[in-house]
Amino acid sequence: MNGISIDRADFAAIAHWVKPGTRVLDLGCGDGALFKYLARERDISGYGVEIDDANVLACVKNGVHVVQRNLERGLSEFEDQSFDYVILSQTLQAMRNGERIIREMLRVGREGIVTFPNFGYWRNRMHVLRGRMPVSENLPYQWFDTPNIHLCTLDDFERFCGERNIRILERKVLTEGASVSVMPNLLGALAIYHFGAG
Amino acid sequence: MDTANTTSVTASVGIVTPQRAVFREPLPLKCGRAIADYELAYETYGTLNAARSNAVLVCHALNASHHAAGVYAGEPNNVGWWDNMIGPGKPLDTDRFFVVGVNNLGGCHGSTGPLSINPDTGMPWGASFPVVTVEDWVNAQARLADQLGIQQFAAVMGGSLGAMQCVQWAIAYPQRTRHALVIACAPNLSAQNIAFNEVARQAILTDPDFNGGDYYQKNVTPRRGLRVARMVGHITYLSDDEMASKFGRTLKAGHVNYSFDAEFEIESYLRYQADKFSGYFDANTYLRITKALDYFDPAFDHGGDLAKALAPAVAGFLVVSFTTDWRFSPERSREIVHALLKNKRDVTYAEIDAPHGHDAFLLDDARYHRLVAAYFSRIDAEVRR
Repeated sequence: MNGISIDRADFAAIAHWVKPGTRVLDLGCGDGALFKYLARERDISGYGVEIDDANVLACVKNGVHVVQRNLERGLSEFEDQSFDYVILSQTLQAMRNGERIIREMLRVGREGIVTFPNFGYWRNRMHVLRGRMPVSENLPYQWFDTPNIHLCTLDDFERFCGERNIRILERKVLTEGASVSVMPNLLGALAIYHFGAG
Repeated sequence: MDTANTTSVTASVGIVTPQRAVFREPLPLKCGRAIADYELAYETYGTLNAARSNAVLVCHALNASHHAAGVYAGEPNNVGWWDNMIGPGKPLDTDRFFVVGVNNLGGCHGSTGPLSINPDTGMPWGASFPVVTVEDWVNAQARLADQLGIQQFAAVMGGSLGAMQCVQWAIAYPQRTRHALVIACAPNLSAQNIAFNEVARQAILTDPDFNGGDYYQKNVTPRRGLRVARMVGHITYLSDDEMASKFGRTLKAGHVNYSFDAEFEIESYLRYQADKFSGYFDANTYLRITKALDYFDPAFDHGGDLAKALAPAVAGFLVVSFTTDWRFSPERSREIVHALLKNKRDVTYAEIDAPHGHDAFLLDDARYHRLVAAYFSRIDAEVRR
């Protein structure tokens, strides 16, 4: 999760889309907080996937079944269509091969849910206009030590999906926990997408 | 016990006493034969709770025994082989769990094995002791659990060959295995693994003192063969990096002597370990244990489909591998994880970045131990409910 804290509005938005009693794979699950939240709110089962030792330990402490794995290597341990939802929360922008992981998500799951910081958010644009890379709550890293190597905007992601026959089922855009509906690509800080195969 | 040892003893389960369980009902073996009367040596640490729900079985690997923790009275240096893992406040906490260590059938530490007297002949079993398998061991362990009044283990735990027994427990006794802690395991041996075992066996079998396995009566032991067997095995337990950092090319004398003595530190180390091992381990047991390793392959009867083999297992699994383990590499553990995921079982998998190779499962690595401790806390909370 790259140390970015997800607020409850983000959790709630995801939980809103996840049907009760379903099977979920949470990629880059961090300490398992989102999975635990979904287990409590939606009675889901499944696994988290995480690379970091401390987060794997935290998952065990949180009662989340976790598989330690580098997502860059794909999801070969997981069978085709073996989950109802595959979640990639605050991780897409840090992946070397974002396209591959989105494809893997739709291979092992029926639907995918992805969250990422919107680079098109006006505050980020202001940083760039002033000639600097943005550093903010959602993008807390300096350019030289950031894990975020593939930042995109809402429009970028939607174009990406359109070109690959990925159907966007639902979208939620948040700024400081509040829902954004007007000019989301400019006013939204965090994007949450629910998508399926086209 | 002198005061100098008090600290280590209080941090451990302290002085333990091995016990023996006697079985009169013949145990059918996978090879087609049966053992009529047999005994198992075992130890227990901690207290079985009233609900009998807090028992943990610890399965040993190739050269260990039922003596998993604590020390024997008057033998303060005879510390159990997994003492860093098992004890009060340790990852497998004996303040919370009742731990059972058992020497497997065919062993040489007190359980019935080739060294024991065959009641039918009045002579040591020697060569005539059956070739036992992981499945046989687990069946024998289940009978021990019956005697101890344990219907279900909170967990069955082991590393390497011990972990294979955990997998077998989950398959053969699904209702009796609540959790399986499968550490540094493989779902079967690779051709390379079998090849190393075969070198070890050939060393023993071709030792002139082996006498076809009936060497006890002749008052000899195939010590030379056992030494080489231990050496080749030991090499596979360590990583290249670990050997490099521990020994490198260091010479004992600081210079070469153009001789066949132990000149490099690694030679000296291997010889020392080999001498120690051949002084206490039985060659017939070594042969059988390597065979048990070679034969273990739960997927074999299911057309090679490990998920099908594991289908009966309902236990929660903690699977742990070590990045530098080339004997049972992380890829082999991932095969087990893959099968469990396919079966939609509860599984947690951790890959510990440790430099020590296969032996890492026996060592005190903080990340590894914290993980096991956290998993046992979860089990503890579960069995208390």
